[in-house]
Amino acid sequence: MIRLFAALTIALFVSLPARADVEITEVTSPGGITAWLVQEPSIPFMALELRFRGGASLDAPGKRGATNLMTGLLEEGAADLDARAFARELEALAASFDYDVGDDSLAVSARFLTENRDKAVELLRTSILEPTFEQEALDRVRAQVLTGLRADSTDPDEIARAAFDKMAYGDHPYGSNYRGTIESVEALTREDMLDAHAAVFAKDRLYVGAVGDITPEELGPLLDDLLGALPEEGAPQPGPAEILIQGGTTVVPFDTPQSVAIFGQPGIDQDHPDFFAARVLNQVLGAGGFESRLMTEVRQRRGLTYGVYSFLVPQDHAATIQGQVASSNETVAEAVSVIRDEWARAAADGVTEEELEAAKLYVTGAYPLRFNGNGPIARIMVGMQMLGLPIDYIATRNDKVEAVTMEDVQRVAAELLDPEGLHFVVVGQPEGLESTVAN
Amino acid sequence: MSRLRAALVGLVLTVSPLAVMAAEEAVTSFTLDNGMQVVVVEDHRAPVLQHMIWYKAGSADEPAGASGVAHFLEHLMFKATDTMAEGEFSSVVAANGGRDNAFTSYDYTAYFQRVAADRLELMMRMEADRMRNINFTDENVRTERGVILEERNQRTDSNPRALLSEQMNAAQYLNHRYGIPIIGWRHEMEELSMEDLRAYYDAHYHPNNAILVVSGDVTPEEVRALAEQYYGVIPAKPDLAERIRVEEPPQNAERRLVFRDARVAQEYVTRSYLAPERDPGDQEMAAALTLLAEVLGGGQTSYMTEKLQFEQQKAVFSGAFYRGTSLDDATFDVVIVPVPGLSLQEAEDAMDATLAQFLQDGVDSEQLERIKYQLRASQIYERDNVDGIARRYGAALSVGLTVEDVQAWPDILQAVTEEDIMEAARMVLNRNASVTGWLTRPLTEEVN
Repeated sequence: MIRLFAALTIALFVSLPARADVEITEVTSPGGITAWLVQEPSIPFMALELRFRGGASLDAPGKRGATNLMTGLLEEGAADLDARAFARELEALAASFDYDVGDDSLAVSARFLTENRDKAVELLRTSILEPTFEQEALDRVRAQVLTGLRADSTDPDEIARAAFDKMAYGDHPYGSNYRGTIESVEALTREDMLDAHAAVFAKDRLYVGAVGDITPEELGPLLDDLLGALPEEGAPQPGPAEILIQGGTTVVPFDTPQSVAIFGQPGIDQDHPDFFAARVLNQVLGAGGFESRLMTEVRQRRGLTYGVYSFLVPQDHAATIQGQVASSNETVAEAVSVIRDEWARAAADGVTEEELEAAKLYVTGAYPLRFNGNGPIARIMVGMQMLGLPIDYIATRNDKVEAVTMEDVQRVAAELLDPEGLHFVVVGQPEGLESTVAN
Repeated sequence: MSRLRAALVGLVLTVSPLAVMAAEEAVTSFTLDNGMQVVVVEDHRAPVLQHMIWYKAGSADEPAGASGVAHFLEHLMFKATDTMAEGEFSSVVAANGGRDNAFTSYDYTAYFQRVAADRLELMMRMEADRMRNINFTDENVRTERGVILEERNQRTDSNPRALLSEQMNAAQYLNHRYGIPIIGWRHEMEELSMEDLRAYYDAHYHPNNAILVVSGDVTPEEVRALAEQYYGVIPAKPDLAERIRVEEPPQNAERRLVFRDARVAQEYVTRSYLAPERDPGDQEMAAALTLLAEVLGGGQTSYMTEKLQFEQQKAVFSGAFYRGTSLDDATFDVVIVPVPGLSLQEAEDAMDATLAQFLQDGVDSEQLERIKYQLRASQIYERDNVDGIARRYGAALSVGLTVEDVQAWPDILQAVTEEDIMEAARMVLNRNASVTGWLTRPLTEEVN
């Protein structure tokens, strides 16, 4: 009876997923800056997303954390405004500028009202092109970064992340925390800020998305005003990262009632023809909510955790598949064992027809739900540009998911998932787990 | 799964939400014959919607000795009903491309799905089904109890900040259940039974104790028709208990706590003061407190930041927080994270001197104008996020505010004067009704 109802539910209610109806225009400014634009005049503001490829991986040797600290200083004084004057000006415009840096890019996410757009753009320009990096601000923000780094040093998640990355990527920038170490950040100087700024802010690595109350004719001059004075070239990008991690277990002792584990192995690039097969596979394995195999086996059936996930991590210079779980010290060994078993089961048998269909329905149906607001759409468009996707990609993306077959998933599962090659980094006092010798 | 996201608000300091609604936002509300309230927030720009049910029942509505049962039930609501298999709710939502989740707070428990606009009927049918038809089994109760204990491990016991916050709440409320953690005390969680779950479910999960909030690409007429079909047929509970909770006695003594934990990397001092909440038809004091938090410690140009970070350079971070959307007395919180080398006593003294100086100096009128302009702008920005508007209505109605109160709130905020803010400050910064907490490392470091 219950099963019948389930079947009927699917049959009756699953129809074609909603389409994301997004009309993108490519705009090239008189000065030659290209942006993707979605006009949305119904609300009098716009979202502007700028992305500079390279991000914290452009840190110079011995200067780990420089790009991150520099990013934190962009809103701490620019042109003739000191930090407090800049903050007052930003508040008076009711605009918001967020500066964020990661392994592969530095992102500037801005939103501002139509009624004071010119002033907002000018303020944003000074923060990107004319930050002052005053010593007082540098020392103050450095103290905040150091506070975060000290907190990380006793945070089991961060300890696990640091250990995993070091083992996986070695001396590549991915192998260390982009926020630096306490020692490296303490040693950073104003000169290092200027160097980091010059390394990342350049036209040869710039991607722009704009969504909101603005026309193509208005956007072109805005881009030139905002970004026209950027230099043409920045620092060279780092090369590919070799993934060094081997199968095994590493225990990092830490006094806490619950162990945290990060696990992973080599993955698949986003431009690989099998990427969507891997995406669907991971949906079944561990990306889903309660439906995923890992969640079903570790949480629903055994109550060993609050959450367990696997995720594809396709970065510019390396691709991995990783996962994370937290479980009491007494039960984490069982959780690890169940995860390994699920890895092996999927590698050997792939997924079922029902799982494949459910995963495809989810992955296609969830796609249009991502386009919820001007800011998210601007970010999606910048992401598309960084991957080199065509401007009409949104309309065709779900077809690529639909095209994934059982054979594709079976093949990718066998290639990607290697239970012997999976490495677990466990932070805590796990009972019944010990570090293996390898790696 | 970020279950219990709302619970975090009670456990950690978060920036108090400033959002206000726009006059042009398309909000419709009505009540079904069985007493279920309905709010519709329209946005037809994309073919998606969010369907939410808010129960006017949270952890503060639990019986004594059964702490955590509200949140435990939230987990069990994803198990089987008479017509749905275990896990089917979420898998049907997922198979339709949607995302679903739930959260529990002191005053409410809410369930929501984000789906394509043409899936509203399916969501309502399933949500209405589990309002009355959950089947509890011994197996579910046992495994899911393990899950909530792991959740407590992860959110609270692994986090010294959360542990201090839990102790501070317990000290702040002498009588009220806001002093008991939403997730529950471990020893009581371990004993929660199927009977506890069923009793709570039967007491609170009824249409006349629920609010339906739908936001997105939908019309009020569509929502009304479907709501009558699926929720309207569920009978109201005739003897629904009135929500009268115990009151706090006069608080006459300052409380001080020191929480020591070897995992503490960054020491800080925080203080909570008992503070009035938003009440129906009476939101002026809460509005003044909301602006006080902004003026005093809301951002880069706030008074505390100016004094403690820029002028005296004694703080790495400082702030003030107030969240007035609450059924009973809320708290007003301040925090200082000292720069390296400054003791917690010195940090607390600096914070107190700053608060005292603020009471002398008063409000910077230019700063207040900037804050009010930002509040007006937020009404524009929020129209880009109708799900946020929906959450605001759901939370407000769940704590007994009315649609009119929610709609009046922006104007009440705009009408707050400098004198109102100072009066609120003099009222709320009362050490006798406060708890001061130090988060610090153990007295003696272990050798080796």
